[in-house]
Order: sequence, then C-alpha cells, then structure tokens
Amino acid sequence: MSLIHAARAGGRPIQLGSAVAVAVLTLVPAGYVLAGVLAGHDTARLLWRPRVGELLTNTVLLVTLGTAACVTVGTLAAWLVERTTLRGRPVWTALMLAPLAVPAFVNSFAWYSLSPSFAGLGAALLVTTLSYYPLVYLPVAAMLRGLDPALEEQSRMLGNGPYRTFRRVVVPQLRPALSGGALLVALHLLAEFGALEALRFDTFTTAIYDQYQSTFNGSAATALAGVLIPLCLLLLGAERALSGGAPLMRVGGGVARQVIRYPLGRTAPGVLAGLVLLTAAALGVPLGCIAWWLLTSTSAEFPAAELLQTASTSIVLALLGAAVTTTLAFPVAWLSVRRRGRFSQIVERSTYLGNSLPGIVVALALVTIAARHLPSLYQSTAMLLAAYAVLFMPRAMVSLRAVLKQTPPELGDVGRSLGVGPAGVLSRVTLPLIARGVATGAALVSLAITTELTSTLLLAPIGTRTLATQFWSASTSINYGQAAPYALLMILISVPAAYLLTRRKEGAGR
Amino acid sequence: MRTARHLLAALAVMATASLTACGGDKASPSTAAGTGAAKGSIVLYNAQHEEVGKAWADAFTAKTGIKVEIRNGSDFELANQIVVEGAASPADVFITENSPAMALVSSKDLFASVDAATKAQVPAQYSSSKGDWVGVAARSTVFVYNSSQLTDDRLPKSIMDLAKPEWKDRFGISPSGADFQAIVSAVYAVQGDAAATAWLQGIKDNAKIYRGNGTIMKAANSGEVPGGVIYHYYWYGDQADGGANSSNTKLEFFGGKDAGAFLSVSGGGVLKSSKHAAEAQRFLAYMTSPEGQKLLADSNALEYTVGTGVPANPKLKPLAELDIPAVDLNTLNGPKVIENMQQVGLL
Repeated sequence: MSLIHAARAGGRPIQLGSAVAVAVLTLVPAGYVLAGVLAGHDTARLLWRPRVGELLTNTVLLVTLGTAACVTVGTLAAWLVERTTLRGRPVWTALMLAPLAVPAFVNSFAWYSLSPSFAGLGAALLVTTLSYYPLVYLPVAAMLRGLDPALEEQSRMLGNGPYRTFRRVVVPQLRPALSGGALLVALHLLAEFGALEALRFDTFTTAIYDQYQSTFNGSAATALAGVLIPLCLLLLGAERALSGGAPLMRVGGGVARQVIRYPLGRTAPGVLAGLVLLTAAALGVPLGCIAWWLLTSTSAEFPAAELLQTASTSIVLALLGAAVTTTLAFPVAWLSVRRRGRFSQIVERSTYLGNSLPGIVVALALVTIAARHLPSLYQSTAMLLAAYAVLFMPRAMVSLRAVLKQTPPELGDVGRSLGVGPAGVLSRVTLPLIARGVATGAALVSLAITTELTSTLLLAPIGTRTLATQFWSASTSINYGQAAPYALLMILISVPAAYLLTRRKEGAGR
Repeated sequence: MRTARHLLAALAVMATASLTACGGDKASPSTAAGTGAAKGSIVLYNAQHEEVGKAWADAFTAKTGIKVEIRNGSDFELANQIVVEGAASPADVFITENSPAMALVSSKDLFASVDAATKAQVPAQYSSSKGDWVGVAARSTVFVYNSSQLTDDRLPKSIMDLAKPEWKDRFGISPSGADFQAIVSAVYAVQGDAAATAWLQGIKDNAKIYRGNGTIMKAANSGEVPGGVIYHYYWYGDQADGGANSSNTKLEFFGGKDAGAFLSVSGGGVLKSSKHAAEAQRFLAYMTSPEGQKLLADSNALEYTVGTGVPANPKLKPLAELDIPAVDLNTLNGPKVIENMQQVGLL
C-alpha cells in the first residue's frame, strides 16, 4: 500500500516513513531483550560463568561450521545440476530444493530415531546442513543459470582451466547470492531450537529454552538472548563485507545462449551417487520415519475433516503471512538498494535481528507489547501475521534485494520520460522486473510459516489449529502415529512453494 | 514473463485479502482478547495434553452450556505468557502438566483463591498450600529399564542408589526439563541439603544426559543405556501406541516414601484477572469433581487421578500403592535447587 502512495506522491518521505516503520516493528524483540538486560540486576553474574563460555563456543562452532557446510553442499550441488552434463536436471532441481519442505525438527527426530547415540556437534551439523543447504542452493542455482557465458569463455580462451575459471570468474559473480544464502542459514542456526532439542548439543538458544523451562527465569533467559544480538550484528557485518559493494545490473538477458556445461565423463557415476546420497539423507530419512510411525503406531489415524481443516488453516496463514511479509519488506529493500547510504543500511540491517532470536523470545516480546498496549489487536490474525513478518522478514529481504540489485533504476526513468505516471512505472516496469524475486521471497516465507510453532501457539486467535500445532500436540502426547499425518501434510502443502522455487527463469538458458 | 505476472497478481490478491482479514479482526471484538469472551464462555490456557484439556472442556460445555475456548501450549510457554500478560490476560483458567508452572504464576500473585468446595474435592497434599490452585491430575516418577540388560535383583532400590559408583554411565536423565528438576527438588525435600547435594554430584558423575523423557525411554529400549529416570505415562502411552519405543523395557516404581517415588502434580487455577470468575470456578470444580476425574481415568491420557474416591485407569499401578513422599508443591524447582544443579554442572 505504502508503495503506491509513495510512488504517487513521488516523494521520499512516505517511502522512507514506511521503511522506518517496518524496521521499528522488526526491532521489537531486540528492544525487549535490551530492556530486559538493562533492567536485570544480576546480568553480569548470569553471563560471567563457565557455562556461558561453553555455550558461546558451541554456538560459534555450529554457526560457522554449519554455514560453511551449507555453502559447500549448496554451491557444489547447484554447480553440478546447473553446469554439468548431469542427466535429469529438472528432477534434480526439484529434489535439491525439496528439503525446504521438511520441517527441521521432523528431520532431526527422524535421524535421532535411527540411533539414540546420534548426538553432539556432528549430529547437529548433519541435521542442520540437510535442512538448510537449499537456502544456499536456491540463489546460487538461479545465479548460475543466468550468468553470461561470454565471461567464462573469455577466461578459458585466456588459458585458465575450468577450476581456475570457476574460482576467478564464476565465484565473484556468485558472491551476492552466496552471502545472502549464507546469512539466512547463519541466522537460522543462531535461533535454531527444534532441530537441536534431541541432539544433546547446547547453544545459546537451547540454553534460553532451558532457562524458561527450568527456573521460569525470564531475566536469565533475556540475559542469554542479549548475547545473540551482538552475534547477529557480527554476521550482518560479515555478510556486507562478503557480498561486495558493486551492484550487478544489466539490461536484458544478454545473448540468450546455452550456458557452458562441463562433461562429467568418468566422474558421472560418482556425482550421481553423491546426489542420490544427499537426497536419501535429506528426504529419505524423514519420509521413512513418517512411514515407520504410520506402520508401527496403533494411534495412526486419518481424521479427514480435521486434517483438511488444519491444512487449510496452515495454507491460508502461510499465504497471508508471505504476502504481508513480502509487502512489508519491499520499501526497506527498495530504500537499501536505491538510496544507498548509512541510514538506509541501518534500516535494512535492523530487519534481520528478529530472525536471530529464539521463537519464544520473539513471541513473548510481542505479547508484552500487544497485551498491554494494543489489547484490541492481541491474539488476532493481524497480530500473528505481524509476528511472522518479524520472524521471517530476512527471507523476503534477501530475495528482494538480490533482484532489485540486478534491475537498473534507469528503466523506471525511461518509463517516466515516455509519459507513464509513477503508479504506471511501478505496475508496468518495476514489478514485472522484480516479480521473480518477489515470488521467491514469498515462497521462502510461506515455507517457514508452515512449520512455525511457538508464535502460532501464543499469538494466534484462540482455537487456531495448524498442522504444526497439531503435530506438536500429538507428539507431546507420544502418539507418533497420530502425529505422522500432520508431518506428512506439512511436507505436502509445501510442495507448491518448493515447486515455485524450482521454476526456471524464463528466457534464460533455453 | 507471463507466469511472473500471474504470480504477482495472485500475491496482490492475497495481500488485499490479508488486509481485509486484519481489518475484520479489528472490527469484531469477539476474537480480540482485551474485551474478553462473550458471556457464558471462558478461556482456558491449557498446558496439559491437548486431549485431556479438550475432554474436560467438551464435557463441561455439554453439562453447563458454558463454552470453553482453548489455547494450547507448553507449561513454560503459557506460564510465562500469563506472567507477561499480567492483569490484561485473556485467560480465565490455567491448567498445567507439572506444578512448577503453577508455582510461577502463584508467586506473581496472579491466581484467585480456589472455592472451598473445590479444594475439598482434592486431598491437600496435591494442592497449593496457599489455596490458590488445586491438583487436577498427577504423574509418578519411575525407573524405566531394558529388561534384557537389568534383572529385578539388580535394580536400584532407591533413587539415591544411582549416585553410587556401580551406576556409572548406566542410566539416563533429562536435567534440562522441569520434570527432572522437580525430582531433584523432591530429593532435597526428603533427604535434606547435605545428602541431596552429595547425591547430585554423584548423579552428575554417573548419568548420561538426554533431553526429554521420550528420548531416555527410546535409549533404554534400544539398549544404548540400561535404564533411566522418567515419568510413568511415557511408558504406558507408548505401550498403548504399539510399544515401538518401549517393548524391550519395564518400569520400576521406587515406593517406600523414597524421593524417587515423587508424584508430580498437574495443577489448575483461576486467574485473578478473570472477568468470568464464577464460570471459571465452576470449570475448576468440574475438573476435580468425581465426574471430571472419572473422565480422566477413562481416557487414554494414562495420568493419575487426584480427586478423592476416583481410582486411576486400571492399566496403571494404583496410586495408593505408590507410597509417595510428602513434598510442598509450591517450593519445587526453587532457586536453590537450580543453583545447585548449575554448580555441579547439570544445567
């Protein structure tokens, strides 16, 4: 809405105002944590103990190694699928992205079910990598698909081998995609709870849940959450440094030509085996676990009406949440790409903080604000959608920024010079150009909402039942057979969003 | 490009729909919390298993015509939410899985006094000594063990035995959960500070650490660890659900007023801020009444009944035979217990 107003007024104040308003909304949880830290009288004692050092080590290890693993697996898989002569490319594209539809806690539970000794850093890294590598795969594959082959050909003509060409020509062009994907992974790892719960690997986030569970000690929990904010700021700084400053714009798709595909030759069976193994680990294990529950559990049942109703609630919330989150992300993304400067950077960066805090902290922060100051909004659909926006804004932001960076602003100016009004430029020039980024962001947000639990429990209108809440409810009553259909449906309803993400960019590589 | 435009159009429609939906919420006060539920209707914050809360609510509505709207969540989520909401809480009644969550809300003085007639339906040992909440159900501490790795004569006689060197690495616990912390509290209450702290050190040295009772049971079932300390209903629940995670295991009840025979109580209370206090008190009275307790006993929840004169589900070992220790429920999981657990490094 704000967008059209801004364009019609032709002025920056409204646009700036809406961007700042969005940033303020997303800063609510961080503000809640800071207020808690400042008000807590024994914060120093709570933070200055050996346990915190242990948690810091674990958190840093998980975030750095987990992000590195996702970047490696995601990039390698994307390169193999997009740039080699691998057969069955469309199938592999879908399979590589499908793990996005599997909730991380289901994946973790499935792996843990294989062996109770599956625990510790290695287990945590395996599960989180299998769950989150598609966040890197997706932007990297899209970028690889759209690269102009001429640059690589020139490098090859200058005598560089395939590896050297990849490192010196391809990787620099991938940097924005890589750093954006890596940032999303790292933020998720900072705030991850569900996947780590059963794996006996403690991070700040699991310790925050422990504090809430054990002592019902809000101040100890917020003190620990206080440490996550500087960690998140570090990640944001690192991402900026890695992404490189120069915007990558070009007009048109270049010469529509097949990108270079490298023959796999004798490595083909090995590559194929590797990708099959990845798919088996990321998809086969969780699906197998669900099947096992359905087969062995006597509580297994398919209450059709109930399943249909919860599934529709999940779908509606995911669609609404994706629409709201992407709409809210737009003015901020636009400001940060089109009006580059210190202020717009701060506005944009601040929208990532909510994603780096544990779900329970975000939910309680919003409860604090809404229950006391906005009673008419408290526990309404609007409130829940706002919570989703706070939690998942980065997924939309990264996608929108990437596409805006590739779209030259001059095209809008050309439209204006041809006599089209600001609203016309928006609807006829800007939006069609960035539609793909909007769709990607919305799809990623909707996938996250499908599996969201804590905020849905605390903030949804009373009586709201989603697939995630019913899965949780059945599994806490140890009725895994009853829980299984909900897990299965969570995966099934995510398939359209995952499919949307696999669609090829029209006009490229055909 | 055409597909992209279709997508965009779809998104625009969804955005408009969402804004309409938000507007709708604002317009209809019945869904908003601040104005409370309509007359003849109460809000239950249910941290008990969903089916337990729902069974009570449905039967109560059928009997009285008073509608019960339910928000589900875990003990710690809903207890913290109520504390943060304070006087603005939309909740009228709160029920939990374990008593420490009740003690948290009680410590902030957010519960109203329970009607005397309701208190009379539940023995005093299962209720708050302050009279602001009552027990509605209970679960017993048990030792689950792999029956091919441990035989009856080699089981621990008391939970205190687990601190002895011969139990090193041979049992699992879940120290980060409220369940085990309540058990530790019981050891402090029964054995006194010195003995309990020495025991805690032994537990730290001996126990294998898991997160969650279900994972301990699975580990015992697969033989990864011979035994573990859990609550009874995990085992009965899994047995009733095909036994995939418990078929190789059996249960030992410690008994003899041992700290390991600790019974954890699920509580229910009426919020002071409730605008429907009379209906809320009626619901609490119903849950603890013989009729409400019978409903629990006949359900698949497999938790113990606490109401006077209503025996538990016949699949369970009778409550009277458990021979539980006396513990003040409002002092469980106090700061001292947590600090000592932190000291030895269990937390």
